[in-house]
Amino acid sequence: MRRSVVPAIGLLVAALAVAALPALAPLYYVTLMLPFMAYGVILLGLNLLFGYTGLVSFGHALFIGIGAYTGAVLTTHYGIRHMELILPIAALAAAVVAAPVGALCARYVKIYFGMLTLAFGMVFYTFLLKFYRLTGGDEGMRMLRPSLFGHDWAGLSKTAYLVGPYYYFSLAVLALATVVMWRIVRSPFGLCLRTIRDNPLKAESLGVSVPWPRWYAFMISAIYAAVGGALLAPPTGNVDPTLAYWTHSGNIVFMVLLGGFSSFFGPLLGAFVFIFLQDTVMSVFPYWRLVFGAMLAGIVLFAPGGLMGLVTRRPHGEAAGA
Amino acid sequence: MTANLVGILMGGLFHAAILFLVAAGLQVVFGVQKIFNLACGSFYALGAYTGAAVVGYFTGHGGPSALFIAPLALGGLAVGLVGLVVERGLLRFVYDRDETFQLLLTFALVLMLEDLIRMTWGTAPVSTGGLYLGYGQARILGATVPVYNLIVIAASLVIALGLGWLLTRTAFGRIMRASADNREMAEALGVDMRRVYARVFTLGSMLGTLGGALVIPATAAMSEMGIELIVEAFAVVVIGGLGSMRGAFVGALVVGVLRSVAIAVYPELEMLLIYLIVIAVLLWRPRGLFGAAPA
Repeated sequence: MRRSVVPAIGLLVAALAVAALPALAPLYYVTLMLPFMAYGVILLGLNLLFGYTGLVSFGHALFIGIGAYTGAVLTTHYGIRHMELILPIAALAAAVVAAPVGALCARYVKIYFGMLTLAFGMVFYTFLLKFYRLTGGDEGMRMLRPSLFGHDWAGLSKTAYLVGPYYYFSLAVLALATVVMWRIVRSPFGLCLRTIRDNPLKAESLGVSVPWPRWYAFMISAIYAAVGGALLAPPTGNVDPTLAYWTHSGNIVFMVLLGGFSSFFGPLLGAFVFIFLQDTVMSVFPYWRLVFGAMLAGIVLFAPGGLMGLVTRRPHGEAAGA
Repeated sequence: MTANLVGILMGGLFHAAILFLVAAGLQVVFGVQKIFNLACGSFYALGAYTGAAVVGYFTGHGGPSALFIAPLALGGLAVGLVGLVVERGLLRFVYDRDETFQLLLTFALVLMLEDLIRMTWGTAPVSTGGLYLGYGQARILGATVPVYNLIVIAASLVIALGLGWLLTRTAFGRIMRASADNREMAEALGVDMRRVYARVFTLGSMLGTLGGALVIPATAAMSEMGIELIVEAFAVVVIGGLGSMRGAFVGALVVGVLRSVAIAVYPELEMLLIYLIVIAVLLWRPRGLFGAAPA
């Protein structure tokens, strides 16, 4: 009983702190929360594949790109400015692409799964880069300010818009995404994924179908990535092909590992620490990749459970959120 | 028409020659150590910058510009020894870990090396100036081809033959193939796996840095060149088959020449075509053209 009360209170305090942040923290840090919340959504989805299903995708940025470009195309070409409409369309676009891609990738595990996802990601990246008339090539496209909660907020300056309505909209999406994912991983389906991860042969002999749950997990994580990708675009007002590049895929796996892939909230912690630490490092030392590369090496060598693994001290490999 | 065709083909062959070196480095490491080394591209970039620096020093100190290829290749090979440091300092600690962690450790290397290169050489492109055409141009069936390109293609072929000789005719090659087939058995028969791994990884990184050094007179070094090339080398090894040296050779030819043709015919297709082939190969023949049965 006590074990479950303490984290619940902690979570409530964290949620209240995040909600009150725009009133308390300097504007700059409030704007840094926006990429954190977008990546939070992406990583919750990615960890369903990585942590819970045991599949490491090196092409997941493909779906971030789909989400971000969907938002850009809808706002600039079709005059659809409602974020409440953009997010479902982005999710649908990701699902349409992920259905065949996932069906092909789910047949493979380990390095072959990673390679196949990497190849699909690079196909999309080169498409974005080379088909200039459709995608704007390496310059990308503009993402116009979306309207939120039925208002276009035209009277607000960009910063006021971002730290006001957009902040709370992102927070609402992240909260919803967290609750839905919590339900998913605790459902029989979530258990099924972990069974397949730990012992696919035994799962199969017990009558658990192996490829289908993998495909569902792939679809869900793709949809999460697209929703998060669409959330990433408005703060910068621009989308470009690097969103879909393979190093971006690597970086989001890094974020999950940093927070801890065997914990439900690890990815959120990873996104938070990554965004804020990157900002801090870059303000004193321009070569953040050197610092982060060393950090990643350190995590791989000494703390494969990530930050959450250091705190919770649970046996490695056991999903703490389960 | 023929002149155009030969020009396209020779451009593709030059690119294939460089790709083969990097992909061969990827293959020896994957074949023996079962690690997909993402940092292969970073070694390539490191070789390129070092090659440019060494050649700059050489010609700046009165070295005859006609001989620049010697310090270039030596510099490229020498900086490949960084592989030994990486293997002893980092990789050897993760051999018994899940391949996800091995992959992510090489990704950490990619991040670190990219910024180390930026710190050392800055962000502006670095080149060797006009040395490239110093060896003159050859006319082949009406097409003009820089002699330097022909030298690199020939060098790459010699290295390919040398690697074949190393793998099939020498004691170390037999040990490498035995370790690739069955590590436990090789160890049980008295093979010191630590030395094999250290040597194999160093060989792999030297192939990458040499490839980078040889490409540099024809282009300019940029800090992103490593992360761009690794995905091409990835395409090469998938098409050819993971871990197979013959696969690296054929895969490099396919990717190099197809890319060159695509750029000439329909530039938008360039790498898109290559990645579509990669997907097709992974789906219909995961072992590639020459690979062993999939793990």
